Amino acid sequence: MMKKELGLCLLLVVISAITGAINPAFLSLVNLLNMANLIGLFGVFALGVGLVIITGGIDLSVGSMFALLGVVFVDLLTTYQVYWPFALLLVLLGGLALGGIQGFLITRLKMQPFIVTLCGLLIYRGAARYYTSDSTRGFGYGDEASTLSNIASGNIAGVPNTFVFLIILALILGVLLHRSVYGRWLYAVGKNEEAARFSGIRTDIVIATAYIISGGLAGVSTVLFVFYTNSVSPSSFGNFYELYAIAAAVLGGCSLRGGEGSILGIVLGTALLQVLQNLVNILGIPNSLNFAVMGTVILLGVLADQQLQSRRRRKVALAGLARTAQRSTLVQGKQSASPRGAAALPMSTGDQA
Amino acid sequence: MAETLLELAGISKTYPGVRALDNVNLRVYRGEVLGLIGENGAGKSTLMRVLGGVIAPSEGVIRIGGNDHARLTVSEATRAGIAFVHQELNLFENLDVAANVFIGREKLTGGPLKLVDNAEMRARVTPLLARLGADFTPSTLVDDLSIAQRQMVEIAKALSIDARVIIMDEPTSSLTISETERLLEVIADLKAHGISVIFISHRLGEIMTCADRIVVLRDGRTVGELARDELSHAAMIRLMIGRDLKALYTPPKRPPQPGGCDIVGLVTSAFPDRQINLSVRSGEILGLAGLVGAGRTSLARAAFGIDPLLGGEIRIDNAPVGVASPRDAIRQGIYLVPEDRKKSGLVLELPIRENVTLASLLNYARMWLVNGAAERKVAKEQVRSLSIKAPSIDMEAVTLSGGNQQKVVLGKWLSMQPRVMFFDEPTRGIDVGAKSEIYVLMRGLADQGVAIVMISSDMEEVIGVSDRVAVMHEGSVSGVLEREQFSEYNVLRLAVGQALETMEAAAP
Repeated sequence: MMKKELGLCLLLVVISAITGAINPAFLSLVNLLNMANLIGLFGVFALGVGLVIITGGIDLSVGSMFALLGVVFVDLLTTYQVYWPFALLLVLLGGLALGGIQGFLITRLKMQPFIVTLCGLLIYRGAARYYTSDSTRGFGYGDEASTLSNIASGNIAGVPNTFVFLIILALILGVLLHRSVYGRWLYAVGKNEEAARFSGIRTDIVIATAYIISGGLAGVSTVLFVFYTNSVSPSSFGNFYELYAIAAAVLGGCSLRGGEGSILGIVLGTALLQVLQNLVNILGIPNSLNFAVMGTVILLGVLADQQLQSRRRRKVALAGLARTAQRSTLVQGKQSASPRGAAALPMSTGDQA
Repeated sequence: MAETLLELAGISKTYPGVRALDNVNLRVYRGEVLGLIGENGAGKSTLMRVLGGVIAPSEGVIRIGGNDHARLTVSEATRAGIAFVHQELNLFENLDVAANVFIGREKLTGGPLKLVDNAEMRARVTPLLARLGADFTPSTLVDDLSIAQRQMVEIAKALSIDARVIIMDEPTSSLTISETERLLEVIADLKAHGISVIFISHRLGEIMTCADRIVVLRDGRTVGELARDELSHAAMIRLMIGRDLKALYTPPKRPPQPGGCDIVGLVTSAFPDRQINLSVRSGEILGLAGLVGAGRTSLARAAFGIDPLLGGEIRIDNAPVGVASPRDAIRQGIYLVPEDRKKSGLVLELPIRENVTLASLLNYARMWLVNGAAERKVAKEQVRSLSIKAPSIDMEAVTLSGGNQQKVVLGKWLSMQPRVMFFDEPTRGIDVGAKSEIYVLMRGLADQGVAIVMISSDMEEVIGVSDRVAVMHEGSVSGVLEREQFSEYNVLRLAVGQALETMEAAAP
């Protein structure tokens, strides 16, 4: 299972080494810390989207959630002068609530995740633009929330706090997903919801919880992004970010069919995406090719992964065949050892593929 | 002898770990009905898939019209006039009958657009349907047809490609008795037109009625052939199992206990106007027989909380229990071993260990964190006590044989405390050896005081394993048989809704 993550790590190292060799500025401390910051920013909500993908669903709404929660958050701090911990709490609750509504629609009213979250994407964006009359909200010159700002965009010994947050959240979610009963249920539901239900697992709650976690993490990300950009333009803030998250999860080994993926994989997928973006800048590739490079790498990555997996499956099948062939000759004992099992090898594996 | 249409010589097929076919020889003559019988897993379906070009044999020759082939492709098989009527019907429910018959070779209109010519296709299908005596039109949506009618569509499709051999894989398993008779008439008609039929069935009575010759497969080998005048149940069964039928029945160690599960006035969504009353005592195995669609599975699903109860209640030891969800049912000790273990019983891609503990994981967790050691211990215990054949508890369930998969489903429940267990077709698709192991396990559970309801369409199993048999007909229980009343005849009479003739005679 860890092979996928190892492969990703290797890919990350190779790409970084090549880029570094071409342009040493890539490996400069400033650039690395800058990348770490971006990985932190994009990784936090990718974790949530990844959980949703493991249930076999999809969350397209997070980018628009950033816009809606972002303008509300800035407004709470500036216009209403709300004490920052309350504003923070409200934004987190807002994210959880939006996730909860989506989860409810998907599990209780049996709507398709793609449709629910696509409508979320449209509705939240529209609401954000209406609420602000399409004007950008930002912090004035006052220090409305300097404490929070320092926490969100500061650093510890040079390491950006966003990256630290990502590591902490990844550890917590890693335990949740890979060690807890809930995580086990999540995978079972993603792989075979019916069998999970027949085992007494409340699949509705398991799935809805994934959307709620995704919403909550979108709330956290909103705050981090707001202090990263210092202003929120409701029509562009967070645009396409849900796609970054889905891309990171898929690159990290999640299957859109559900039941597959790991927290480490999602983090590595996010890192790889950011490295690619950075590489485009640093190697002087026209910025307009940014998305094209990303798309190509994801396509190749998923393709390579599929090929490797089917090769591994073939190998396992071959090993199984060899084992039984051996056994059958053993059973036949003194009768002439049957060459048939061996002769059948290439053909039968051929049509397994 | 009549003209040989096709011949399979020395066909073998090896899968990783299994030799599905081993040097099989089979001839099909023109205009005959060839019965192909054998137990589940004997290799019948694999053999027919070789013939249909779906899989390539590892060895052997397929001889059609004097030409030898190492393997057939699907289109070669079709061109050779081999047609399939599948066990699971392969029709497109969203299309009409004519479109299904001509799927993949649609008639087109002339002109540059080459649109699909529905009128032409319907006109061509009409005479085929008339010949089969079908009571629907070419423009009927397949979605609106019954299973028997869908079979007619498949046969019409076979006729439309001028099939010379039609393979029917368990065609009657989901048909009512009158529909089965109708199908047998159609088969006789096909035969009269010089079309050969390979008829695969578990129902020996039907084979007796329609087959000119039978071939028996066992463990992937052809073990015998019987001509029409040699056909008898006993001869066929002997060849199929390679030994005479021995009694399956093991009586309970002690008489059934007073407690148990009472199902009182239960109404399921499948039959909202019928009530089900049924009692199963602790320590007994109650066979639940009936035709497909009689409401047996709906009863089990409702009792397990999958489907809502529209009325009535379930009592265990005379105390009503709520079963609004499978979770509730499991808490009460009501477990279901579902009919489709791959879809509902197991998460195939998860290891044995995780499947065994799927329903009880919280018992092996502290603060919601799984205690790996405790979990492994439980999984190992179940693998040992059920003698699941697997190299390790970390093997994915998908790699196991049907019998071992079923044991994993059992292990999931036996690692907890069952009080009432529903087994829905527990031995479907399982080989003989594993079957008897499952029977022994069920008896063992009953002896520990579990009330067992065994839904089965396998008459031998119903009569051989149960302590009592309840028979369902159209959504309600039409009768309960005690052991001394057990007979295939009695079960069938109740299953088709007739009263028991012997009722007065048997009652004191």
